[in-house]
Amino acid sequence: MFNYGDVLDLPLIWGGLIALSVFVYVLLDGFDLGCGILFPFAGSDKNRSRMMNSIAPFWDGNETWLVLGGGGLFAAFPVAYGIIMTGLYLPVTFMLFGLIMRGVAFEFRFKASAHRYVWDFFFFIGSVVAAFSQGVMLGALVQGLEASNRLYSGGPFDWVTPFAMVCGVALIIGYALLGSTWLIIKTEHTLQVWARKVSSWILSALVLAMVVVTIFMYFSDIKALEGWFSFPRVIYLAPMPIIVLLLFYFMRKDLNTEREYRPFLLTVALFLMGYIGVCSALFPYIVPYQMTIYEAAAADTSLSFMLIGAVIMLPIILSYTAFAYYTFKGKTDHEHMY
Amino acid sequence: MFATFMIDQLDALMLARIQFAFVISWHIVFPAFTIGLASFLAVLEYRWLKTGEPIYAEVYKHWVKIFAVVFGMGVVSGVVMSYQFGTNWAVFSDKAGNVIGPLLAYEVLTAFFLEASFLGIMLFGWGRVSKRMHFASTAIVAVGTLMSAFWILSANSFMQTPQGFMVGADGLLYPTDWLEVIFNPSFPYRFAHMVTAAFLTTAFVIGGIGAYYIQSKKHPEHRKHGRVMLGMAMIMAIFVAPAQVLIGDMHGLNTLEHQPAKVAAMEGLWENERGAPLVLFAIPDQEAQKNHYEVKIPYLSGLILTHSLDGEVKGLKNWAPEDRPYVPIVFWSFRVMVGIGTLMVLVGLFSLYKYFKKQQFDPESKWFHRLWMMMTPLGFIALLAGWFVTETGRQPWTVYGVIRTAESMSPVAAQQVATTLIGFIVLYIVVFGAGSFYILRLIAHGPQPYEDPAEDNFYEHSVTEGQGRTLSGDSHASDKTKQDSAEDIDKPANDKEDGGLR
Repeated sequence: MFNYGDVLDLPLIWGGLIALSVFVYVLLDGFDLGCGILFPFAGSDKNRSRMMNSIAPFWDGNETWLVLGGGGLFAAFPVAYGIIMTGLYLPVTFMLFGLIMRGVAFEFRFKASAHRYVWDFFFFIGSVVAAFSQGVMLGALVQGLEASNRLYSGGPFDWVTPFAMVCGVALIIGYALLGSTWLIIKTEHTLQVWARKVSSWILSALVLAMVVVTIFMYFSDIKALEGWFSFPRVIYLAPMPIIVLLLFYFMRKDLNTEREYRPFLLTVALFLMGYIGVCSALFPYIVPYQMTIYEAAAADTSLSFMLIGAVIMLPIILSYTAFAYYTFKGKTDHEHMY
Repeated sequence: MFATFMIDQLDALMLARIQFAFVISWHIVFPAFTIGLASFLAVLEYRWLKTGEPIYAEVYKHWVKIFAVVFGMGVVSGVVMSYQFGTNWAVFSDKAGNVIGPLLAYEVLTAFFLEASFLGIMLFGWGRVSKRMHFASTAIVAVGTLMSAFWILSANSFMQTPQGFMVGADGLLYPTDWLEVIFNPSFPYRFAHMVTAAFLTTAFVIGGIGAYYIQSKKHPEHRKHGRVMLGMAMIMAIFVAPAQVLIGDMHGLNTLEHQPAKVAAMEGLWENERGAPLVLFAIPDQEAQKNHYEVKIPYLSGLILTHSLDGEVKGLKNWAPEDRPYVPIVFWSFRVMVGIGTLMVLVGLFSLYKYFKKQQFDPESKWFHRLWMMMTPLGFIALLAGWFVTETGRQPWTVYGVIRTAESMSPVAAQQVATTLIGFIVLYIVVFGAGSFYILRLIAHGPQPYEDPAEDNFYEHSVTEGQGRTLSGDSHASDKTKQDSAEDIDKPANDKEDGGLR
């Protein structure tokens, strides 16, 4: 039943779809995790309520992209899913702990009266832990996992490396920037002024973080570099540092003007550059340096069957997601919303 | 210390099974409740639109708050589930991924996004979108919960009664016919049984709380809301509880056909028997392969299962000891589920009697209402017991007859599983304990009066002050807002003003 394996490069398509959904996740949950990371620094309780209200209608949908990333990996590359999740057992679990802590805070915060600070704290810590764990997972993947006989064969703490830790911190900073630029769009007056101010600090921190990550990468002998410097990839990637510098320049400028949307979009572009960098370093591996997307792909019949669903559903999903964002456009208030 | 104890006593496999059982048991409670609540809310909103009676809007707005808390907890505990298969059950994922994976992917694609996106509109869109659109969102969320149930129960049923696949030379499962996979033999029964269970469980919660509002001296103004809740719940108890008995019976017969060892464990039968008795009480002994302290009704089990007096029911000894499920859990969970189900039918009959005597909302019917209040949590217990029966009864297999549980696990150390298990236990107790507390507080607070806003004060009821501004953001924010955000920086929090309970 359903087999398009002869006419389509199914593993490549699914690798692309999963990469896409992970990227959408990073952007969407990135800004709401970012709001969580900035949460304690917002100055007043009303401002915190505004921050939360700006993301409350969306966070659930945003997190669904993570489920799609995880579920899609399971479905399209089952063996890779097994190896990666086993290898990153602890960071994955810590990420889940973080997501639980912050996820419930959305509902509980407005229900708690005397103990609101507890959930504010949960929201902050959960967001930081989730962001850090995701950065660590990314770093660990870039460094590569050990596997043999279709199973993870490394130790439980292989992910604890200086490089992965640096990636964790860098991702916290990156998400914070997505969050602060999102707040520029969604807030006004003092809170917006504050968001602009922290955005420019975080931007500087991000430059620093990117430099540090690069240095660590250079000195920790990572195979990813081979991916970058292989021909012809190196030619496509060559303009990227220049693009990144331009993005920084425009962003710095925008933060001093009245622009509301462009800083966020520029941050998205920065993330896109970074993501292209990661993907081009790892491609064609799905379990880095052990298993390619072709070796790990599920059966053609499975990929074909899912592709039908994805082709029909993804445009529908994107359109009603857009509808939801459109419904809640404009600035947010601190009132509890229902 | 606790971790060391667990590692000493249990191996990694057992710990991984406990971890899965723990996180899935917590999780299933929330979706079951949201399946029921979403449909209940859709009906309420429909009645509100139809009649224009504010009482339906008040009850809606009351329950939608509880719905939001439950849904939030369902989301966070559900994200955990999508990673459990990889962290603890990598071999299972590898072997069964070709078949199970796409079913889960379809669940995400067709249900999760739908629910998540329209949930936002349902919770926060009151006053921002038209009433019709809002009702449509509620209805879409309700449909989404059912679609989600469809796919996940299809995946679970495949693990119980697999078909439509072949085992390749590499030991992996390969799908051959997707329709056979999705509509595997136990799926229609399990789907019907579970959705009905979700509706019933929710109905008994709603009815119990309705009865509480009618009886409670603290809630004289909520008596009329209580009537709406109890009235709707009674309809479910009267009609759906008996239907569930029928569906359950059919599900049982289906299990007898495809997983006879599970039925033998449910019935506590060790030997093949003609005219098998119904064991009411016993302490099954897995080692000695017999029951202690049996109390039984002759012929009844055989009659129920084979619909004849001398039909043969297979006993557990037909299977090698290593192929049998752990009998005491299956046996006792089954009795708990059936016992509560029977109680629900009786409450339904009692409700029917009260209805004909027109006393169902009479505060004088104290015992009737107390009975409903007592029933409130029982649906959840029956639901969990039912899942214990079917999941423990599937053992020692993950995919029945194809992949053994012992061969499904990831290569992880017991320490890792034990540590994360403790983490889950602590976090779930804190977080879901707090969630239950807030739900109880919402219930204690009761429905709030609601006045239908006229169509033209749309903006006042909207949640943002910036409605109607242009995309570029040039705004005409009211002075109130400016003042509002200027004054509150670094001022101590005031919960009443800052959007506490409204």
